[in-house]
Amino acid sequence: MITMAAGRSSSRVGVVTPGRVLRSEWTKLSSLRSTYCSLLVAVVALGGLGMLFAAIQMSDWSRLELENPQLLAAERSHFSSIDAAVGGYRLAQLGLGVLGVLVVSGEYATGMIRSSLMAVPRRLSVLWGKLTVFCAVTFALMLWCALTAFFGVQAIVASHDVDRALGDPDALRVVVGTALYLTAIGALGVGLGALLRNTAAAISAFVAVMFVVPGVVALLPAGLSASISPYLPLNAGSAIATTAQFGGADRLAPWTGFGVFCAYTALVVGLAAWRLARSDA
Amino acid sequence: MIELLHVTKRYGDKLAVDDLSFTVQPGVVTGFLGPNGAGKSTTMRLIVGLDAPSAGEIRVEGRAYRELAGPLHEVGALLEARGVHVGRSAHAHLLAMAQTHGIDRARVAEVLDLVGLADVAHTRVGTFSLGMCQRLGIAAALLGDPGIVILDEPTNGLDPEGIVWVRGLLRELAAEGRTVFLSSHLMSEMALTADHLIIVGRGRLIAETTVEDVVRQASPGAAVRVRTPQAEALHAELARAGEQVSVRAVKRDVLDIMGVSSRQIGETAASRGIVLHELTPLRASLEDAYMDLTCKAVEYRAAASAMPDETDRLGLAA
Repeated sequence: MITMAAGRSSSRVGVVTPGRVLRSEWTKLSSLRSTYCSLLVAVVALGGLGMLFAAIQMSDWSRLELENPQLLAAERSHFSSIDAAVGGYRLAQLGLGVLGVLVVSGEYATGMIRSSLMAVPRRLSVLWGKLTVFCAVTFALMLWCALTAFFGVQAIVASHDVDRALGDPDALRVVVGTALYLTAIGALGVGLGALLRNTAAAISAFVAVMFVVPGVVALLPAGLSASISPYLPLNAGSAIATTAQFGGADRLAPWTGFGVFCAYTALVVGLAAWRLARSDA
Repeated sequence: MIELLHVTKRYGDKLAVDDLSFTVQPGVVTGFLGPNGAGKSTTMRLIVGLDAPSAGEIRVEGRAYRELAGPLHEVGALLEARGVHVGRSAHAHLLAMAQTHGIDRARVAEVLDLVGLADVAHTRVGTFSLGMCQRLGIAAALLGDPGIVILDEPTNGLDPEGIVWVRGLLRELAAEGRTVFLSSHLMSEMALTADHLIIVGRGRLIAETTVEDVVRQASPGAAVRVRTPQAEALHAELARAGEQVSVRAVKRDVLDIMGVSSRQIGETAASRGIVLHELTPLRASLEDAYMDLTCKAVEYRAAASAMPDETDRLGLAA
């Protein structure tokens, strides 16, 4: 068992290339249990919750049909089977944000980052590799979940004639937009993890920016709150994941809002890249 | 070859490495020796580009580490035992590192076998002992078959069999023409492994020397302890024979004799019919010689009164 080191010639071939860094990052992502746990939360949330809630809704409507037809008519007029399908994104975004953070902060917490940067001393390759692999996996998975949820929910709500086709206005935009938004959320997590290098700090920052700040802004005087609110990350980003057309004052248009969210993400990732390239590991 | 040219590293106000220059040559095992806090680990981090020097220049195989196209083929480093994600298996960890350089799975299996971790290759690293983590770190260092191997306290946490194995491995690596650079705060460890020595204290170079030289410097002070009921007779005989013999009476029947070997003492005693009950060469230990070299530079020095035993001095000083 304890033998000589292999002679010095066999494997002296490789140089680091972006493609090789991607493969390495794929191995890293796919070899951790936390990846599967977080992705399972996101998949169940986006792929399953919509159908579950739609089924509950329909059984409630079946009861209302006999007891209170007026209320049923009112509910039907407000119901969007598209929004119902992708509604699970609200839970999925937490799982993906946390996974994004862990993808980087886990390396700092364990010391793995030293091994990563010794193997790839052109450090930004590591960050771009992580982002690319993480975003590709997240987008593919979330698009599949959103489509599954969409068609599943339409089949469930067809009994009450409120089903929609993928070709209907906003349907495709919401389905694809949900997957895009969740991917960008994960990328924000990656950026925060790389910027703060600490799991607890990065997850706290993520939760604060996404979910706490809107509540704090709501405490401001109404006029001020209303003018800030549309630009908050959660409000801006999630505009693409719903059919609801808010007036310009309340919410940004879907793609504008998503663009604003991407700008926040790019800012955080940019700062993280600057810190990675400039400071000691 | 590793070259440091006037390298300085500050962390805030703290000067971790202070104008350090040295060269580590291929083909020999070079020991990097100094008390804890002397800047050894910092220097190693600087060499592999994890931290940037505040001033000065570091070259590995003539270039800056960050400019190496395939660094794992040039330099393999074990910095800390836990440079590994604890949630990953040993195999996945090595595979992820290998893939950055297009190194194949066969080589991953080979290094796992080499360090004796083949049986636990698919177990999570979080369940590993410190010794197993060290073995995994050594496997990672050897993954790219590098010309330079850097190991920070490689025997930490290893069992005696593992320590012997590491010593042998390092010798083989050097014999194959590689540059082997390892740190330790134990002179005794270095005496068994290293040829060349770079001794640092408080971030500064104290000595660039060889183990042989340190041993030689340590030896002149050596004495031979003799226990004999005829102490006075032996003293007289030696005084007659020797030029620079000095004798110190420890007890009535115990002498410490310097300037003459135990063999000569034994022969002298035999030829005069003097009975000896004990004849023991007292070596000034390597640790003592090393302490003499470093003691002025030791940063966190325990008070002399707090040192109960010579063999503990290093541990306390560290």
